[in-house]
Amino acid sequence: MQTHESSINQYLTFMLSDEEYGIHILKVQEIKGWETATPLPNTPDYMLGVINLRGAIVPVMDMRKRFHIQSAASLASSVIIFIHHQTSTAQRTVGIAVDAVSDVYQVEPAAIKAKPEFGVAVNTDFIEGLIPIDQKMVILLDIAALIEDEIQ
Amino acid sequence: MAHDAGMEEIHQIFFDESLEGLEVMEQGLLNLDVGQADPVVINDIFRAAHSIKGGGGTFGFHRLSEFTHGVETLLDQMREGVRAVSQDLVDLLLQSVDCLRNMLSAAQRNEADPADTQRLSKAIERELGSDGFKSPHSHTESTSQSPWLVCFKPHDGMLKTGSDPVPLMKSLTELGDVDIEVNTHRLPDFDSLDPQVCHLDWQIRLIPHTSTQHCEKDIREIFDWVEADADLQITRESDDVTSTMADCALPTATEARPVTRQADKSNESIRVNLHKVDELINLVGELVITQSMLSRYSQQAVTLDQIASLQQGLTLLNRNTRELQESVMQIRMLPISTSFNRFPRLVRDITQKLGKQVELKLTGADTELDKTVLEKINDPLVHLVRNSLDHGLEVPEQRLTQGKSKTGLLELKAYHEGGSIIIEVIDDGAGINLDKVKAIAIEKGLIDEHDRLSNEQTANLIFQPGFSTAESVSDLSGRGVGMDVVKQNINSLGGQVYINTQPGKGSVTTIILPLTLAILDGQLFSAQGQVYIIPLVSIVESLQIQAQNVKAVVGQHELYCLRDEYIPVIRLSSIFQSGLPALSSCTELELLIVVELENQRYGIVVDELLEQQQVVIKSLDNHYKKIQGVSGATILGNGLVALIIDIAGLIQAFKKPIKRVA
Repeated sequence: MQTHESSINQYLTFMLSDEEYGIHILKVQEIKGWETATPLPNTPDYMLGVINLRGAIVPVMDMRKRFHIQSAASLASSVIIFIHHQTSTAQRTVGIAVDAVSDVYQVEPAAIKAKPEFGVAVNTDFIEGLIPIDQKMVILLDIAALIEDEIQ
Repeated sequence: MAHDAGMEEIHQIFFDESLEGLEVMEQGLLNLDVGQADPVVINDIFRAAHSIKGGGGTFGFHRLSEFTHGVETLLDQMREGVRAVSQDLVDLLLQSVDCLRNMLSAAQRNEADPADTQRLSKAIERELGSDGFKSPHSHTESTSQSPWLVCFKPHDGMLKTGSDPVPLMKSLTELGDVDIEVNTHRLPDFDSLDPQVCHLDWQIRLIPHTSTQHCEKDIREIFDWVEADADLQITRESDDVTSTMADCALPTATEARPVTRQADKSNESIRVNLHKVDELINLVGELVITQSMLSRYSQQAVTLDQIASLQQGLTLLNRNTRELQESVMQIRMLPISTSFNRFPRLVRDITQKLGKQVELKLTGADTELDKTVLEKINDPLVHLVRNSLDHGLEVPEQRLTQGKSKTGLLELKAYHEGGSIIIEVIDDGAGINLDKVKAIAIEKGLIDEHDRLSNEQTANLIFQPGFSTAESVSDLSGRGVGMDVVKQNINSLGGQVYINTQPGKGSVTTIILPLTLAILDGQLFSAQGQVYIIPLVSIVESLQIQAQNVKAVVGQHELYCLRDEYIPVIRLSSIFQSGLPALSSCTELELLIVVELENQRYGIVVDELLEQQQVVIKSLDNHYKKIQGVSGATILGNGLVALIIDIAGLIQAFKKPIKRVA
């Protein structure tokens, strides 16, 4: 797995409002249109609930609420990206609801800029780095850390 | 230790197989009669040890394989007959099996070897060094010509196979001085004598000419041809001669042993009977036929006259699906012998420690139940058996004074009844002292002095938390945490447990378990716009709320007056914060589902009762995490997910409001 990740450096990007985020393409399992989730009791508000992914009960979280981003797009028009995540004991799948899927970029590791320090006001734990692509800035997410944080 | 996934998988197979091998060894050792080396049993044990040693070497678990080598050498000598089967030796080998099991699980977790490995391998070395490769009776070896005892008892039909005992006896005289005694007590009256049936048996005492180790082998060679048609026992005359003679007199004693001799092979990884797989393939075949039949209708508009056959096709599909579901469930079913098989060892160890004599009887060991249930029922069963051995069955002297046989009887019995599995632990011991139970229950405040309880109710008080009648706290049982944990564990599996006792005659503990944990009979209901499922078994009744029966307590809690009882009212909205506004108070439009947990009733407010159906339970923590009050989820017919309510968790949350997430 490690060797693959260093040789193929493609990132899938998605939009949250007008910000563009990238996740490593090998983490992406599949992309689906919006589906109503069954809410789970006593979970944070960004946890939309669980949906049926071909017989598996998979949690879906709203990335806009997770990152406190105001978005004009309605929930029903969002897209769910299913991330697969390997923990030490199990293989998990988690869905993230985003405004839209944008593009796939080939990224050279050397081109990734270190994440800036914002001070304590902004949590940068889940940011892997930044990458400039044609005048735009794409924020690379450390999706594994984000999921780890969620299922603890 | 393992570097890549492929190797890890192979290691896992090795671990699984080795654990199975250890089970075979354990079973074999327990079946081994002291003082008498049954070559078939020893061979089984030896083969199992040998595979573990070989596998250990191949996969780089060298200490494991070295350790097994010592064990194997001991077994080899037993097999060759140069080492006697003594109680100490069997004990040492059983300990080695335990140690190997610990070593295996340590290796599996990449941990260091368990503590007693060193001590045991020293013990094995000592055993090997002390009289390794010498006669088992090295003390008699010095006199070199100690006699051999041969007990030769032909089966009725031996003469018909053309074997004649006389030449055999003659051949024996070539080996040494022979003293033959014939036993004629089986000879019938002359009138009913069948000349073709051998009614005689012989005791032969042979003093060999030479002091070779091979003497036994030579004797065996002589009887080689008739061994299949006769009971043959060859022993060295020595101090254990008395036990040998006793064995001789009762050659069928070993056959009468009820303990499952054929060690069960299924364990850790599920091994599916080929027959079950074939059945599945058949069903899938049928499903494909039904599908192709139905697919005709998807291509063009259905005409009126086709509707009948379309309906027929759907009925078929329905049946196929149900059958397929049943057979897939079958795959998860394992015989309960996987759990039962460990009891002979446990009973043997405990009875030795307590100085009791107990015969263990296993009935219905091939009753099948779900693997998950099987795994979880093990500990409660062990506890119940320990309890029976410790408190139930009496010591031999006491049993004799009560006119019972010296040996107590403990029976484990499993069978199907309706949609449930019933497991019974039956002993013919002292039973439960009901007066004592009552006194303790009063002392601990579990019941009131004036409570009138039936004998059965009194006996079942032992399942209450914090109850223990043991006069002395032993390391076996009597800490007072046992029985209520047993009950809790069984309840968590959706089962029940109760005890029936007859003072002086014994007790029967009955466990009732659902066949599977994968499917549940559920009642669907809606509350706050969501569909939930509640297990049908926990529902006592459902009723329409009468507003005048709802009483408020300290402003926020509600009680419902159900006939002559006030029951707490649980609102899902107060426990499940799903972001929906909670309704203020009960209205007559709502329904109340009354559930029971630990003899206390609760009412759950719901908007609407929907259908009852069987649902497949899916766990939430496969991809997310556990949520209090929710035992899992299922997928409804419309593809949506519905949560399954965990009554115990819900009530716990109701009693102690959990921290709410902002």
